[in-house]
Amino acid sequence: MIPALAILLSFQLIGEIAARGLGLTVPGPVIGMMLLVASCLIRPSLAEMLRPVVRGLLANLSLFFVPAGVGVVAHMAEFRSDGLAIALALTVSTALAIAVGALVFVGVVRLLGRHE
Amino acid sequence: MTDAALIWSYLSRGPLLWLTATLFAYWIGDRCFRAAGRQSWANPVMVAVALLAVLLELTGTSYQTYFEGAQFVHFMLGPATVALGMPLFDNLHRVRKALLPLLAALTAGSLTAVVSVLVIAKATGLSPVMMASLAPKSTTAPVAIGIAEGLGGEPTITAVLVLLTGIFGAIIATPLLNLLKIHDWRARGLSVGVAAHGIGTARAFQVNETAGAFAGIGMGLNAVLTAIIAPLVLHLFQ
Repeated sequence: MIPALAILLSFQLIGEIAARGLGLTVPGPVIGMMLLVASCLIRPSLAEMLRPVVRGLLANLSLFFVPAGVGVVAHMAEFRSDGLAIALALTVSTALAIAVGALVFVGVVRLLGRHE
Repeated sequence: MTDAALIWSYLSRGPLLWLTATLFAYWIGDRCFRAAGRQSWANPVMVAVALLAVLLELTGTSYQTYFEGAQFVHFMLGPATVALGMPLFDNLHRVRKALLPLLAALTAGSLTAVVSVLVIAKATGLSPVMMASLAPKSTTAPVAIGIAEGLGGEPTITAVLVLLTGIFGAIIATPLLNLLKIHDWRARGLSVGVAAHGIGTARAFQVNETAGAFAGIGMGLNAVLTAIIAPLVLHLFQ
């Protein structure tokens, strides 16, 4: 468990250094995530070594954003005054994104099928 | 009386109390979620956040004090984000097989999510901080929080917006996609993963294994894509 955790943290660490050092907008952990994929492609044995700890982390992923979620208590005023606009933006945008994503996928599959 | 007050003043200053409370609240939330048959509306994080918010209010505890204890849980977001690379690695063969439709749908879905939310936010006169907090709302929470921080948004607002987006997306995905007559499980899963991250992905897995796998791919790739496009798109609205 410790070696796997050390490796995951060092991917994050390299990601943070790269993001800050190069002034990237991509968060350090996301760069760490890409490093993980690349490293597992180069060394598949690494994936097997990391897997148990990764499984544990991902199984409890939702727990980790509880503290940030509780932060809503400090912003109740914004949610009260702008609640309707926020709800409108969230619901319309989410429904649109699902519809557009699915339609484009099906559309491209159809286009490719016609050319084959 | 004085003893109880002393113990309280000791506990309320250290991290132990609120760390324990966070774990218990999530445990209760998870039990509710299971009791409700894993329905999207009974999201365990939502339940835990509501319980803790009430508890903070009742005890007159500030968020700063709470966070001193909860930061240990919060810290795990970083390594957990790195860990999201593993399901992506495991599904690379599926990505290769459907590369073109997948990339097209990912780009279209991701752009739609960011642009449409900002258009509506701008039109309804929401503040720049709220817009920056809204921009990454379709991305998985750990990543969205990181993106919002970088954009000058409020990470705690983003966390709640991300949750609400996931819950809403998970609830409407099936009826909406049926209405659009989309039967390809890959298309259905991917679009939900892109628009409604982990909560949508969990819902997709309940419906169909292939949809679940593609939702996971959509969520993982969208985390990277939104990190790149959200700052660019937000810039256009300023």
